[in-house]
Amino acid sequence: MIAAADLLNIALMVTFVTLALGQILSMVRLVIGPTPADRILALDTMVINALGLVVLLGIYQGVQIYFEVALLIAMLGFVSTVALARFILRGDIIE
Amino acid sequence: MSLFFIVALPFLGALLPGLMNSAGRSATAGVTFTVTLAAFVGLLTNLPAVLAGNVVMARVDWMPLLGLNFSLMLDGLGFFFALLILGIGLLIIAYARHYLSRDDNMGQFFTYLLLFQGAMVGIVMSDNILLLLVFWELTSLSSFLLIGYWKHLPEGRQGARMALTVTGMGGLAMIGGMLMLGQIVGSYDLSVILQNRELIQADPLYVPALVLILLGAFTKSAQFPFHFWLPHAMAAPTPVSAYLHSATMVKAGIFLMARMWPVLSGTPEWFMIVTTAGLITMVLGAVIALFKHDLKALLAFSTVSHLGLITMLLGTGTAFGAMAAVFHILNHATFKAALFMSAGIIDHEAHTRDIRRLGGLRRLMPITFVIASLAALSMAGIPLLNGFLSKEMMLEEAYHTVLFGSPLLVPVLATVGSLFSAAYCFRLIGHVFFGPVRDDYPAKPHDPNTGLWLPPALLVVLVVAIGVAPFLAEPFVKLVTASVLGDAAAVPTAYFKIWHGLVPALYMSLIAIAGGLLMLALFKPALFVWDKAPRPEAKVIFEAIVEAVAKLARAVIHATHNGAFSRYAAIALVVMVAVGYHAWSTGTVGPDTRTVQYAPPVFIAAWLMLATATAGLVILHRNRLLSLILIGIVGLMVSIGFVFFSAPDLAMTQFTVEVVTIILLLLALNFLPKTTPVESTVLRRVRDTGVAVLGGLATFALSFHYLLRDAVSTPISEFHLANSYKGGGGTNVVNVILVDFRGFDTYGEIIVLGIAALLIYAMTETLLDGPVRARLLNRKPDQARSGNKHPMMMVVLTRVIMPVVLMVGFYIFLRGHNEPGGGFIAGLIVSIGVVMQYMASGFGWASARLRYPYHGVIGAGVLIAGLTGIGSWFFGKPFLTSDFTYVRIPPFEKFELATAALFDLGVFLAVVGAVMLSLESFSRLARLAGYHDSDEPMDIDPLRDDTIAAGHAAAEKKGV
Repeated sequence: MIAAADLLNIALMVTFVTLALGQILSMVRLVIGPTPADRILALDTMVINALGLVVLLGIYQGVQIYFEVALLIAMLGFVSTVALARFILRGDIIE
Repeated sequence: MSLFFIVALPFLGALLPGLMNSAGRSATAGVTFTVTLAAFVGLLTNLPAVLAGNVVMARVDWMPLLGLNFSLMLDGLGFFFALLILGIGLLIIAYARHYLSRDDNMGQFFTYLLLFQGAMVGIVMSDNILLLLVFWELTSLSSFLLIGYWKHLPEGRQGARMALTVTGMGGLAMIGGMLMLGQIVGSYDLSVILQNRELIQADPLYVPALVLILLGAFTKSAQFPFHFWLPHAMAAPTPVSAYLHSATMVKAGIFLMARMWPVLSGTPEWFMIVTTAGLITMVLGAVIALFKHDLKALLAFSTVSHLGLITMLLGTGTAFGAMAAVFHILNHATFKAALFMSAGIIDHEAHTRDIRRLGGLRRLMPITFVIASLAALSMAGIPLLNGFLSKEMMLEEAYHTVLFGSPLLVPVLATVGSLFSAAYCFRLIGHVFFGPVRDDYPAKPHDPNTGLWLPPALLVVLVVAIGVAPFLAEPFVKLVTASVLGDAAAVPTAYFKIWHGLVPALYMSLIAIAGGLLMLALFKPALFVWDKAPRPEAKVIFEAIVEAVAKLARAVIHATHNGAFSRYAAIALVVMVAVGYHAWSTGTVGPDTRTVQYAPPVFIAAWLMLATATAGLVILHRNRLLSLILIGIVGLMVSIGFVFFSAPDLAMTQFTVEVVTIILLLLALNFLPKTTPVESTVLRRVRDTGVAVLGGLATFALSFHYLLRDAVSTPISEFHLANSYKGGGGTNVVNVILVDFRGFDTYGEIIVLGIAALLIYAMTETLLDGPVRARLLNRKPDQARSGNKHPMMMVVLTRVIMPVVLMVGFYIFLRGHNEPGGGFIAGLIVSIGVVMQYMASGFGWASARLRYPYHGVIGAGVLIAGLTGIGSWFFGKPFLTSDFTYVRIPPFEKFELATAALFDLGVFLAVVGAVMLSLESFSRLARLAGYHDSDEPMDIDPLRDDTIAAGHAAAEKKGV
């Protein structure tokens, strides 16, 4: 019989490793490209994975102070992606 | 009137002439006159106290820890000089009103004049020698402006530069001397220093301090060998020359010597240096003056000569010498100002100051003739005029002075100086006013209007009055002498008389006058000899020295500071590594106190990504878009790193700054090539690689070293942690440090931020006004562009998220004091929220909905932060003292109110304004010709029936 806390710990470890792997794979995509769009998407994926890592860390340590960082990444993380995408599409991101 | 007002009035009044400029010349001069008159009357209200022998004091602490206090004093000497400065100032203002032509900017002139006047009054009233130095430098600067007032004349600019260089260098030396003096006495207050004669003269620093202070005084008062700047300063308008070289600027050095007389004089060093310099200056100035053909140059060298005379008198170190010096200062100020003004009148009316082209003006300009002749005769030392009295006293003093063991040296040289002095005065009268009336004057000379001749006439009245009735001036001169002497000596009892009997001084005087007449008779052959004789040209020597020094400076600077950033970085890095290595290899290294920790795999993964992204950046940096993406990764990883090391504040700041940076760089990249060209050679790149690797390794070694050891002394973070809640009322130490402990730093930083944003705005604005505008407007996009400028998806998303972003910003702002957050992060969040609207619906649409200009937002932020700081003054606390309290409004829980939150609001506004202003400035540059700002938020809007039609119309308009 596995205790609930252990189960949580196992789940956390698995998720940590999965997310880290995801980050590394995104990194590979970022390096090989081939188009800028692939790379921007890789960056976007990494932002989302990073968000996951921060939340996981908060659960792991049982503290709330990382919540705002996660909130900010969730809320504003897409802005760089959008800006980069607009740059590719139009050149001028504010027109 | 308080002494503060007398000193402050000219400075405050200096604002007025510029403002009154458009009200007309008389109004401008009138307001200047009124300001000076107010200061003059204020000075006179202190006359009874000064006459009673009291010293009027006024004092405000400025920087007491440095010994620099705003303390003023007014004794006989200060009163005397202030009277000359303000009194002659009044006459000069009246004279300048009529002298300056319509082409001269009168407001500017009088502003400079008042600044100068205030600085001079400040010098003579300072009780603190550091304050005196401040005013001293102010006179150098304001006289620079006055001398160079006619900016279009190269002589004016060169003369002003030379005066500033010489007096500025002297001022620098004097700062050193004054600091030594303060060190010796232990106080910078003049009233204390003047009490410590024995202490100062016994100190080993006495001689260096004396030499440095005298350097300051000699440069200012144009003593040999620094006399050369004064004649070149004659390029100034005549009112300036009359003011600077009779009563004020050049008398500042004399004043200083008189002020310091009780403590510095009386030693062999003082006697040798001051008397010798004064004697040489007196004779040299008089000889050169005789052979000058320019009226003003003649007067300039005669000023040099008379300053030498006064310096020599002060140098003798006797009480009688000091009294003669004071009397001659008064007399010289009256007749020299009158003479300069007369020279100005002649120049104004005859359009030339060349003595060789003048002559016979006696009949054409009778009033000017009387004024100038009386003043010149007084300068020559003719009885019944004031110059005679002080010259007699000088000769009397010289007769008793033994220099270099020779009892003859001083008397003979003094007589020679007086002889030449008499000769140039006679030449001035004889060659300008006597002789036949000529018919080749550049303009028809005639007497000027009253405004020009009245001021010198008033001075000549004084010249005659004192000359005929010296007992009128005697009590005043003795009063001033008493305050010059201080406790060092008693005031001499000698009376001022015209007839002293058949004393040696009278014979010397007679020799001088007879010799002067003889010189005039022999002027032609003497001039021939003078012109043939070789002599060094001071200006050439000066310029050669300046050029040589500038060349040396250039050589040093250009070797290291050539404008290439990579070179700076390389030099700085190598030096830092070398110094660090030196410290490590020669200092003691403590043992490791910490062990290397276990690294979890997630950390290693993050580290790997960071390293990969950085390496990728190095390899791929020529593709600029790709580097931006990689920078994004680095920023993201660093933010995550901050989270893992329990610094959520830093993580939030880093993340928001990353977003803003990417947007800013993308805006800039729009104008730049998308790849960086290869510009440097392979060798240079190899060298740079070496330097970079070295720097990286050194940084690694340093961090590794420090991470394994505890700090040597207790870090300041201990204090911050302990006092954050107690002193600042917040549990978030980072925020309390920013807005409370180091609030003053933050205040400075938001100001810098605001300035940076305004500069970006100014620079882009200049681009839009200049020739670049056409190129920018007609730039061809360097890549294919998609058709939808404002996609509906993005518009809808950013609109929905906007209130959420603002809410989060508000929340982060409020909780900042106790939990991670604060005004800076909140400002960035809100800025990103607004930028999203710009990106979604376009510059035109967003700007049209902008209610407050960003400049104003920055200003409001700085103002709020500043006013919060000033608020603590009302409670008698220093700037930016914070306070907090807890309040409870019934339906809510108890909450905290802190003044730091108000300060944080200022930070918030400044950040929002600065970020938005810089982004907006960049995006303004991107406007293209033929682009029509749409008033609609998006291009394709299903709510509008005419979308398709409008789209077609727009397409047709563009000619697609």
